[in-house]
Amino acid sequence: MYVAVKGGEAAIDNAHRLLAEVRRGDPAVPELTVAQIREQMRLLVDRVMTEGSLYDPDLAALALKQARGDVVEAVFLVRAYRTTLPRFGATEPVDTGAMTLARRISATFKDLPGGQVLGPTFDYTHRLVDFGLADGDSRDRSPDPAAEAEPEADAAACPRVTDLLGQAGLLEPSPPDAGAPVGDLTREPVDYPVDRAVRLQALARGDEGFLLALGYSTQRGYGRTHPFVGEIRVGAVDLEFTPEELGFPVGLGTVDLTECQMINQFHGHGAVPPQFTRGYGLVFGQGERKAMAMALVDRSLRAAELGEAVAVPAQDQEFVLAHCDSLQATGFVEHMKLPHYVDFQAELDLVRRLRAEHAARAAAPPPESDESPLREAAE
Amino acid sequence: MNPSNPAAAPAAVTVSAGPGYSFAYLDAGTKRMIRRAILKAIAIPGYQVPFAAREMPMPYGWGTGGVQVTAAILGAADVLKVIDQGADDTTNAVSIRRFFTATAGIATTTRTAEASVIQTRHRIPEAPLVEGQVLVYQVPIPEPLRFLEPRETETRQLHALAEYGLMHVKLYEDIARHGHIATTYAYPVEVAGRYVMDPSPTPKFDNPKMDDCPALQLFGAGREKRIYAIPPYTRVRSLDFEDHPFRVQSFDRPCALCGAEGVYLDEVVLDDAGGRMFVCSDTDHCESRLGESCLGETRRADGQTGEAA
Repeated sequence: MYVAVKGGEAAIDNAHRLLAEVRRGDPAVPELTVAQIREQMRLLVDRVMTEGSLYDPDLAALALKQARGDVVEAVFLVRAYRTTLPRFGATEPVDTGAMTLARRISATFKDLPGGQVLGPTFDYTHRLVDFGLADGDSRDRSPDPAAEAEPEADAAACPRVTDLLGQAGLLEPSPPDAGAPVGDLTREPVDYPVDRAVRLQALARGDEGFLLALGYSTQRGYGRTHPFVGEIRVGAVDLEFTPEELGFPVGLGTVDLTECQMINQFHGHGAVPPQFTRGYGLVFGQGERKAMAMALVDRSLRAAELGEAVAVPAQDQEFVLAHCDSLQATGFVEHMKLPHYVDFQAELDLVRRLRAEHAARAAAPPPESDESPLREAAE
Repeated sequence: MNPSNPAAAPAAVTVSAGPGYSFAYLDAGTKRMIRRAILKAIAIPGYQVPFAAREMPMPYGWGTGGVQVTAAILGAADVLKVIDQGADDTTNAVSIRRFFTATAGIATTTRTAEASVIQTRHRIPEAPLVEGQVLVYQVPIPEPLRFLEPRETETRQLHALAEYGLMHVKLYEDIARHGHIATTYAYPVEVAGRYVMDPSPTPKFDNPKMDDCPALQLFGAGREKRIYAIPPYTRVRSLDFEDHPFRVQSFDRPCALCGAEGVYLDEVVLDDAGGRMFVCSDTDHCESRLGESCLGETRRADGQTGEAA
């Protein structure tokens, strides 16, 4: 006997209790602290801050704890919190040229003012599992004389590579800051086609995996842009805000950023001489993969502006912007878990009818004239 | 829609949203922005008005558009009903109803007739709506032309020019290929003789209920950031051809619980031997009829009275 399903409320409550229990895992194992996640899962925290578009390491770490380590779920928690925060205003533009560098590399110049600073990186590590880590970090913390010998990066003499090339006119200059208001896709609906600022905002919030694959596709022939890593720099920049009642900027603190300037070959057209063009990536914390992918896709999305054909997904801003947000994507994909039985019933009804007609046609002798049911229906 | 009439708010209603959140979750500035979009949508029936949808504490695709519309129009004196697939007790309907109970402290109901605001996913209630009621639809893809033309820049132009040939060709090709229009839900309609509109994924069975409806119908798409509306008593015509007129689904049996005919039924699989039964999709409609003891065949056979369903 069918009984209509009741008790959704009790089921939801029980599911949430069970979730809390499995989130904690084996109670015999010590519980993670937010500080542990913040300090030791820092790249994950950085990613959640970037895609959550909110710079708050403690909140991102807490979100990761609550989300059982699910990145998209943690991003969701951060975004849903961010949306409730009041907006006091916008800070002054950050000056990444004045960044306190932790890392700075260029793939286009062997040496350059300020030098190459490798910093903390997985690059050139051999990916061999360090079983010693399983029993705790027994690393010798005394200073290494070799490290002392390495020259310190001189922040004062560390101009951006793009500024060096730009002086010779070889590289397109940064567009001048006209002081025009900058769009914000979290406050205004996206109205295609959108300008580069809004595109960059969308890319910065976009899912790392999606942008990585799109950027990769441009390297494999789907909208080739001939990219070079002009520079990647990682470090802290000062954040300044000008309160209306003061009229001059005051320091708010520092944020860690990763900036990628991708330099792309460009043959010029019409009035524009051949020169190098740029793709730009900027993320919170250390996120080189994301910053590089973002720079590749940013350059790709400039196809129309630079007179190139818009032929592949990475060049199509409606395709990229409408699908790069992990929350929108996961929400719509996962909403398929919600009941759809009303619509499915409608489809069942149609498929049954079509099958009955199909069977009737198969059973009937082949039509001898143009009066087949199909033809008739089409008229 | 109490904000226009604060005097109607009973003093006894308290906001239990917890500290830090506004009545019905959204801050006043956001509500104002959404209400402006709603007013514009009502002024241009069937036109999709872009709005700056916020990130809500529930996922995109789970009703964030409908929730924002409801949050923007809800007043303290409103009585809210939330249905999903026609039922008040499906998990997402429960979740959304709870959200508003917690953030707005308003009264809720499962009775269509008692509700001033009804938020719905995939169905229009069977009981006719009346003046003063608002039906809020959750919309996944607001653009009826989206699957024919993926680009917003293109579809916007097609709407501006009222160029709906694509849609008619699609429907014609359905008939040519299958002998029928093979769209069974989200069946496109023309509103007030101008805009072609997606009615959200309601079965086409519900399309006629939108026509000349005394209630205000609002549609919210959160992920796609669009709001549109059908004002009360507006002409809503399902697209069709003279020789292939629009027809709704029909069922060859009544509801097995309440015996209702001419309503939309859910097919319930009873066993693994092909056993099936058909019951009302609209649980309130079914319960109301059972309360009036209109028993279907199952109930008569079991000798039960209508307490479940």
